[in-house]
Amino acid sequence: MSNEASVHEQSYLGAPHGLASWLLTKDHKRIAILYLISITIFFAVGGTFAAMIRAELVTPQGDLLSSDLYNKVFTLHGVIMIFFFLIPSIPATLGNFLLPIMIGAKDLAFPRINLLSWYIYVIGATVTLAAVFNGGVDTGWTFYTPYSSMSSNTSVTTAALGVFITGFSSILTGFNFIVTLHRMRAPGMTWFRLPLFVWAQYATSLVMILGTPVVAITVLLVAAERALHLGIFDPKIGGDPVLFQHLFWFYSHPAVYIMILPAMGVVSELVAAMSRKQIFGYSFVAFSSLAIAIIGFLVWGHHLFVSSQSIYAGLVFSIITMMVAVPSAVKTFNWTATMYKGAISWESPTFWIFGFMGLFLVGGLTGLFLGAMGLDIHLTDTYFVVAHFHYIMVGGGVMGFLGGLHFWWPKMTGKMYNETAGKIAAMLVFFGFNATFFPQFIVGYMGMPRRYHAYPPEFQFFNVLSSAGAVLLGIGYTMIVIYLIYSLIKGPKAPANPWGATGLEWKIPSPPITHNFSEMPVVTEEAYDYQHAPAPQRGVK
Amino acid sequence: MSTPTTTRHPKLQEHFYNMDQQLEASTLGMWVFLVTEVMFFGGLFMAYIVYRHMYPHAWVEASHELNWQLGGLNTMVLIVSSLTMALAVRAAMLSEKKQQVFYLLTTMALGTVFLVVKFFEYKAKFEHHLVPGPHFNPALEQGMQIFFSLYFMMTGIHAAHMVIGLGIMTYIVINAAKGTYNAEYYGPVEVAGLYWHFVDIVWIFLFPLLYLLGRHGA
Amino acid sequence: MCVSVFLALLVFTAITVWVAGLDLGPLNTPVALGIAVTKGTLVVLFFMGVRWNTPLTKTVAISGFVWLLILFGITMGDYLTRGWLGVPGR
Repeated sequence: MSNEASVHEQSYLGAPHGLASWLLTKDHKRIAILYLISITIFFAVGGTFAAMIRAELVTPQGDLLSSDLYNKVFTLHGVIMIFFFLIPSIPATLGNFLLPIMIGAKDLAFPRINLLSWYIYVIGATVTLAAVFNGGVDTGWTFYTPYSSMSSNTSVTTAALGVFITGFSSILTGFNFIVTLHRMRAPGMTWFRLPLFVWAQYATSLVMILGTPVVAITVLLVAAERALHLGIFDPKIGGDPVLFQHLFWFYSHPAVYIMILPAMGVVSELVAAMSRKQIFGYSFVAFSSLAIAIIGFLVWGHHLFVSSQSIYAGLVFSIITMMVAVPSAVKTFNWTATMYKGAISWESPTFWIFGFMGLFLVGGLTGLFLGAMGLDIHLTDTYFVVAHFHYIMVGGGVMGFLGGLHFWWPKMTGKMYNETAGKIAAMLVFFGFNATFFPQFIVGYMGMPRRYHAYPPEFQFFNVLSSAGAVLLGIGYTMIVIYLIYSLIKGPKAPANPWGATGLEWKIPSPPITHNFSEMPVVTEEAYDYQHAPAPQRGVK
Repeated sequence: MSTPTTTRHPKLQEHFYNMDQQLEASTLGMWVFLVTEVMFFGGLFMAYIVYRHMYPHAWVEASHELNWQLGGLNTMVLIVSSLTMALAVRAAMLSEKKQQVFYLLTTMALGTVFLVVKFFEYKAKFEHHLVPGPHFNPALEQGMQIFFSLYFMMTGIHAAHMVIGLGIMTYIVINAAKGTYNAEYYGPVEVAGLYWHFVDIVWIFLFPLLYLLGRHGA
Repeated sequence: MCVSVFLALLVFTAITVWVAGLDLGPLNTPVALGIAVTKGTLVVLFFMGVRWNTPLTKTVAISGFVWLLILFGITMGDYLTRGWLGVPGR
């Protein structure tokens, strides 16, 4: 068994051994695991900052954290969760692992660049953490000028450079996916036989390559303004800080779709598999991903309603914002129609997607409130906004990520986790999440502004409720880490296709071999052909 | 290494099925990367448009301060280097080793000339107090400092791309001298060429927008 | 082929320098940009070989510029209409 051919026939986890073989790997599956470990660490760090925020807000007085420290804590919570957890979460882990397998390829088109993207992520993360230990950052994750460029005396330059560097890891991932999808599909794998997860990854990759460079140059300009006195946004010499907001949101609004589109792709897979039905309206779901990616680029000005942006531009942005709801609704309706008269099995992934749909619905509809220009004047910078984007980014993005992780965990690791624990964790997270963030809608509508460490006593009831919910949420997330790690040690061996799902990834062993396929697959069937799908290999109750 | 790859080209990576797929993937990859580069410079051009709209007069005045002769010279230098780069790619496709190396070295020499000229331009700006910041000439009109901030960002990032390009070319020319590239395997030369031409195109836009703006009023 | 494209690029460079010396009023910028676009297109089509490349490469090459126009167009939509309502500021 010493020759190379047989090494490639072994599980990707086993051969070759050693830390160096992981840190220098070109295998997309191992890189996905490296990413999974890193983003989990950052999720824990960002979560710790969130816990500090919630602990401070239990009482109306700003007694636990000073206002300076509070500013730094919510900034780092935002920066870490967005740039180091949510944006790479699904694409760099599940996408990296599954995309080549789903299209029948041995690897991504550029394996070395894929590894490079992880190293760039690690370097960017290190630079940002250096900013944390060097006094922190207090600008909010949005780095708005002129505060970030002129007033703040914290490590803005370092943090901005960290974000700049990390941007390139996201660009490289997106670029790799696009080339892979165009050039590496197996024979017979036409565009309309691709799993919808792959379509969603494609749309996400478009946003990554078209938007990320703009935010990269924007934060670089802020860094240059601080370090080199090159004034681009400096009002003192005639610059316009609103230009920063335009350039920033040109990326950062579509970035929300980087977080939610892959989760939608996961849900499309899971809905079909868990109700054992062909997805309803395949091409509508596929094209709605592209529509969300494209329309998502035309709406950034709804973050600028209360800046000095022209009211006419605001009007147009407001109207286009309403249009994003159409493709999102198409997806939600199609998932519902897929489940209608389906044989729904209550496995733990099912719990996560039901959670996703409920929370995403609330998050999406409250987005319409905020997109309406008049109402937004009242709601700008209140907790209503905070609640809205947590419903999308945590309720949508993280629920989708965890759903996908539970669904593909047996494939990725070759081990089954405890099903009951999975269901309990999903319920804890769902109820904990609602308890945390629903009160924030109310308190925000009542006028509680975000980003303050003290607040009037009449808001205390809602804030205590919110902090109590956060405890549940924290227990739920910790539980997941524990039972998933436990499954690695003691979990039963996973069969090749535990859910009886369709798709190329379920036709190969769990965990896959290094080269994914022993011989080149030839695809002859449509996606989601559940009439001819194999029965689940673990009992469906 | 007893894999059954007797018919595979030694430069074919194992996850590709054949050389055509590998070549197509690498050129498409470079094009997608160039799209990100377009957007990267795009942010700067956006700032340029906004501030030119706000300060049309200061823009013309500031443009007078740039040396259009040197800018024009650099434009010529880059166009010639694009030609030699295109010829280098063609030489690689035709398996002409000596020509490849010659054209690649010429391209690199021209790139270096560009950077040297740029260096002297920057030096003059320091001497004339046109570098934004505390030493910027305070007598100049509102908006001119933004022009020079953008001038240094745009040309500075462009020059950084040239330096990276020279690094890539060094790698390519060493391999070309070893006879790595030929009609069957010339992807890296072509991809490096695409990058070089793109950097040239950016300059083609920077030259009239920065240097020639104020010439008719002079 | 390469050499004739190269000569065309040199000629256009000369023209753009010459035209910049004339005062064409509002046409100054469009003419300068038109020449730059022509030069850029020549490089893309011939030196970068898009002319002989697949439709996909052509689409990718164009899409970058289309997206740039979206950024420019929508942002300027704000700056150009700011004065309309007579609000203080811009």
